[in-house]
Amino acid sequence: MDRVKTSTLSGAEIVVRCLQEEAVEYVFGYPGGAVLFIYDELFKQDKVKHVLVRHEQGAVHAADGYSRSSKKVGVALVTSGPGVTNAVTGIATAYMDSIPLVVITGQVPTHAIGLDAFQECDTVGITRPIVKHNMLVKDVKDLATAMKKAFHIATTGRPGPVVVDIPKDVTAAVCEFQYPESITMRSYNPVRKGHAGQIKKAAQLLLEAERPMVYSGGGVILSNSSQQLRDLVKLTGFPCTNTLMGLGAYPATDKQFLGMLGMHGTYEANMAMQHCDVLLAIGARFDDRVIGNPAHFAQNPRKIIHIDIDPSSISKRVKVDVPIVGNIPDVLDDLLKLLRGTPVADSKAWWKQIEEWRAKDCLKYDRSSKIIKPQFVLEKLYEITKGEAFVTSDVGQHQMWAAQFYKFNEPRRWINSGGLGTMGFGLPAAMGVQLANPGATVACVTGESSIQMCLQELSTCKQYRLPIKIVNLNNKYMGMVRQWQQFFHGNRYSESYMDALPDFVKVTEGYGHRGVKIEKPADVEPALREAFANKKELVFLDFITDQTENVYPMIPGGKGITEMILSEEL
Amino acid sequence: MRHLISILVENEAGALSRISGLFSARGYNIESLTVAPTEDASMSRMTIVTSGSDDVVEQITKQLNKLIDVVKVVDLSEAEHIERELMLIKVRAGQKEREDMKRMADIFRGRIIDVTDNTYTIELTGDGRKLDAFIQALDQGTIIETVRTGTSGIGRGNRVLRV
Repeated sequence: MDRVKTSTLSGAEIVVRCLQEEAVEYVFGYPGGAVLFIYDELFKQDKVKHVLVRHEQGAVHAADGYSRSSKKVGVALVTSGPGVTNAVTGIATAYMDSIPLVVITGQVPTHAIGLDAFQECDTVGITRPIVKHNMLVKDVKDLATAMKKAFHIATTGRPGPVVVDIPKDVTAAVCEFQYPESITMRSYNPVRKGHAGQIKKAAQLLLEAERPMVYSGGGVILSNSSQQLRDLVKLTGFPCTNTLMGLGAYPATDKQFLGMLGMHGTYEANMAMQHCDVLLAIGARFDDRVIGNPAHFAQNPRKIIHIDIDPSSISKRVKVDVPIVGNIPDVLDDLLKLLRGTPVADSKAWWKQIEEWRAKDCLKYDRSSKIIKPQFVLEKLYEITKGEAFVTSDVGQHQMWAAQFYKFNEPRRWINSGGLGTMGFGLPAAMGVQLANPGATVACVTGESSIQMCLQELSTCKQYRLPIKIVNLNNKYMGMVRQWQQFFHGNRYSESYMDALPDFVKVTEGYGHRGVKIEKPADVEPALREAFANKKELVFLDFITDQTENVYPMIPGGKGITEMILSEEL
Repeated sequence: MRHLISILVENEAGALSRISGLFSARGYNIESLTVAPTEDASMSRMTIVTSGSDDVVEQITKQLNKLIDVVKVVDLSEAEHIERELMLIKVRAGQKEREDMKRMADIFRGRIIDVTDNTYTIELTGDGRKLDAFIQALDQGTIIETVRTGTSGIGRGNRVLRV
C-alpha cells in the first residue's frame, strides 16, 4: 500500500480530506449529534459541497440519482440512530440496483456502544444484509484506509453501497493522515477478463443461431458498455431487448430494439425471449419480474450465454449453458473480435416472426378518450423533451408507462428503483440527477401516492434552485395496487384509494415553486411545453388521469413469460 | 445432499455474523458451524455443514465468495476429505454402571477425562456418525449432558486450502 502526504489531523478532518482526495463533488446529508465534528470540518472548506436534504432517505436517494446519472460514486452523510434507520430504505434501494454509494454514518462514542446510548443503533448489524460491505471504524488510525476501502469496494466489481460507521470520539481523535493511493485486498479481487474458451464457445453459438436474441440489463449501464452492446447488435443484426434497469443501453428508436421485456414488457420482446434458440444475456439476472416462472421459461429449449461480473447471478434462477464471468466491456470487446468478419446465420424467418408479433401493437391505448390517458402524457413528454431528458420515476403504473413510452436512446437517462421498487425514490433521485447534470432537463415521473412519500424534498429543491419538472399522473389510486386488485382480487379495492389528497398546486406553491393542474387532454401538450420552457423553476404538473387505466401487457405473478394479458383481451 | 464447506475469512469483527446472516437471509441450512483462528491470526477458518440440492450449494459457495471478508471457499465434500468432531459427554457412572461405561468408552476410543463418585466425563473424537453411534450405544438414561463442537474438515492428500 503506497502512502503519501503526511500530516496530523482529527478523524473529522480525515473524513473530509478523504472525500476531497476522492474528488467528491457533493455530499448529501443531514446533521446530528454524532456527526457534528464532521459537519464542522465541512463548514471550514469549500471543495466538497454539502446538500442539505429534509429526510435521510432523501439524502441516500439523491446520492443514488447523482451516481446513476453521472458514472460517479454517490456520497451520503447521516447521523447515528434515526439518521441511519431513515437511510436504510435508500441504502437497500441502491443495493438492489448495484449502485456505488459511500454512506458515512455517525455512531455514538466507542465507550458508549452497546449501552443503549441516546441515538444508538447497531448500524453495521442493521445494514449488513443491504450493503456490499460495511465497517465500524473504532480507531482513528484505521479511518483513512477504511474510507479508501469503501470507495474501492463500492466502485469495483459489481458495484454497491458501502457503509462506514464512525463513532463520534473517533472523529475527534487525531492521528497522522496518510491517504493510501491504492489498496489491495487478498479477499477481494474482482475479475476483469472473461474466460477465452467460454467466449469462443459463445461466439460459435451466436454465429450459428437461427433465432438469436440479445437480452441486456442494468449491468451494461453500470459498466458503461452501451457502445459495445450497440456494436454487437448492429454487427450481427440480432434483435435486442432491455430490462427495466437496462433501458437506454440500446437505442429504443432503433428497428432492432424490441422494447422492454418482462412483466410489463412488449409482446414481441417476451415472445422472442421464449422462442429464441440462442439467448445472449448481458448484465441481467433473469429475475422474477423479467422471465416470470422459470419452469415455464425452461419449456422451450435454447442455449443461454450469460455474461456477468457476479458469478452468483449466473445460474441462479435459470440454468445457463455458457457462463462468462467478467467485466462486460472487456468480455464484449473479446467477443466482438471473434464475431467480426464472420457472417452470422440467416435469420430472415426469425425476423418475419418477430414482425408478426410486433404487429400486435401491444402498447396501443384509447387515443380518443375525453379523460387524460397517462400513456398520452408520457408520449407528449417524450416528444417535447425530444427524448433527451433525464427521467426519474417512482414506483407503480407511472413507472411502467414511462419505461414503455419514453424512448431512451442513451444510457443513464432512465433513473428508477427497479429491484427494491421504492416509492418515494423519484423526487430525491431527481435532485441528485440535476446536481450532477446542471442545465440538463430533468423530469420526475410520479404518481400522487409515490410523490407523497418524499414530498418534503420540495424544500431541498427550493434551497438549491433545482428546476426539476414533476410529472404527476394523478389517478387518486395506488394505480398498480388497484390494477392487481381488479385482476386478482375481485375488484375489491382495499385501501388503494386515497381520500383527502392535498391540492398539489397549493402544496408546491407553499414550497415556493410553481404548480399547474391539468384536467383535459387538450391541455397536456401546452402545459408540458410551458413547464419545460421554464429553465429556472421547479414546476409540478398535476395531471388528472383516467382512474381505470391499466398497464398492458401484463404477466400475472408466477405465470410464464408468454402468458400475457393484453389490452384487447379485456 | 450434505456438504462440508470450508471458508477462510478475515479475522475481523462481525465476520461470523456476515456468514451466518447470509445463511438465514437466503434460507440456507446450517447443520453445524465451527470457527477458530488459523496459524495466521489475521485469518479464521470456518467449517459449515449444510445440505441442499447441487444448485443451492452452488449458490451458497458463490454467495459466500461474494462477501468481502471471505478469502477462500471450498466445498470439501466434492473430493476426498477428513472430518472430525469432538464431543464431551457426561454420563452416569455409579457402582453399577462404572465398568460398562469404561468398556464402552474404550470400544469407541474415548478417553475419560473427569471422574466423580457417580459420573464420568468422556472425550470422544470422530466424524459425526461415530459420535451419534456412541450416543446410540449408551443406555439413554445414563446420559447427563453432551456438548459437541460441530464438524471440522480438511482435504485429503495434497488438497489444501490456504492463501
